[in-house]
Amino acid sequence: MKEKLKDALALVTAVLVVSALYMVFVYAPADANMGNIQRIFYFHVSFAWTGFIAFFGTFVGSLMYLIRKKRFWDILAVSSAEIGIAFCLVVLTTGPIWARPVWGAWWTWDPRLVTFLILTFMFVAYMIVRGAIEEETKRGRFSAVIGIIAFLNVPLTYVANVMWRTIHPDVIRPDKIDLDPRMIHALFMSLSAITLLYVILLLRRMDLEGMRDRVAELKKKIMKEA
Amino acid sequence: MGNYLKKVFLIAGKDMRIEFRSKEKIYSMMLFSLLVMVIFNFAFEPGAEYIKDVAPGILWVAFIFAASLGLSRSFILEKEEDCMQGLMLSPLDRSGIYLGKVIGNFIFTMTIELLSLPFFALFFNLSLTAALPPLMIVIVLATFGFIAVGTLFSALSVGIRGGDMILPLLLFPMQVPVIIAAVKSTGMIMAGSGIEMYSQWLKLLIAFDIIFFVASFVIFEYLIEE
Repeated sequence: MKEKLKDALALVTAVLVVSALYMVFVYAPADANMGNIQRIFYFHVSFAWTGFIAFFGTFVGSLMYLIRKKRFWDILAVSSAEIGIAFCLVVLTTGPIWARPVWGAWWTWDPRLVTFLILTFMFVAYMIVRGAIEEETKRGRFSAVIGIIAFLNVPLTYVANVMWRTIHPDVIRPDKIDLDPRMIHALFMSLSAITLLYVILLLRRMDLEGMRDRVAELKKKIMKEA
Repeated sequence: MGNYLKKVFLIAGKDMRIEFRSKEKIYSMMLFSLLVMVIFNFAFEPGAEYIKDVAPGILWVAFIFAASLGLSRSFILEKEEDCMQGLMLSPLDRSGIYLGKVIGNFIFTMTIELLSLPFFALFFNLSLTAALPPLMIVIVLATFGFIAVGTLFSALSVGIRGGDMILPLLLFPMQVPVIIAAVKSTGMIMAGSGIEMYSQWLKLLIAFDIIFFVASFVIFEYLIEE
């Protein structure tokens, strides 16, 4: 993609993030029961959704890498995984901040919470494995295997935790909230802002990885000449 | 097909022969599994009634820890003297190597688990005779799922620097659905519930087994191509 286009996209993202901030903090009304703490939900949901998309990106990149053996797919996989971890950490931080006053506990063993935590653990392990392998193609293959297997595990982990909880129905559940239309607007605005943020971060991160390759190549060339 | 299976069993047979002759792995896994049970015992009041509720969890932690100890050794022998090269040159599909390893690891881990089971009953004062047939189904299903993914990750971890430290990081998050399903169904079986109570857990285990056996079977080929 052209550099100019990426810059334009970055600009649009910036505008959307600012508008999302405005809508979340000013435009949307405070929640009747929870008060202002509910506003964290807009970012929490957006980052959760996008974090999940990011790991899906790693899954696709991993699968394509094993089939096509093109460095591009490996770059996509690792870039997406890194952003996914960052976004999931946002989810796992904002969640407890909200849960403490509302549920009365920082953490509950709710299926979604556990699934996200496990998913994040798996992708941190994915990054550790990448760090432990020097050779490029081997790193690509090995991490692709983990990227695929880890993602396949998501639905099963979720189902297992739902079943675990349905047998013990004493979980604390947030009350069903009727959302004010302004709240829905704010949610969609922050969702699109964060999704675009993911896209622009991904493109930049992939560029960076490409540049690293280029630097490594040049270094090798200079070493040979010297 | 028959020829393929014959070669697969040759690999499994070779692994088992090595292990049952040296007995090094049997002793360490067995001792480890007993140690986990004993150590966990100190976390609870002696003679407390609730020990029956936590016993299934302790059993599965012991099994999973012992199994991962065994898995970490599964491919190390192949690394010495370039045995892996030899296996790859043999007239057998790469997938056949995986299958052979899975069978070997499965039988081996099952042996350790069955040997630990009487000690479990002894330590926690449980009568398992009536529960044994359904318990066997759970043990077979859960162990197979664990081994199917574990063998893949074991092959992966010998190929990387510090792999023995990385293997548990990959294995344990992957095993969350298996552990939950196994612990829950073991608990119900020990409490004397009928199969209709825990059949959904068995279904989850079967789903896990199928998904990850097939995925690992296909992916293994990409892992060891050199």
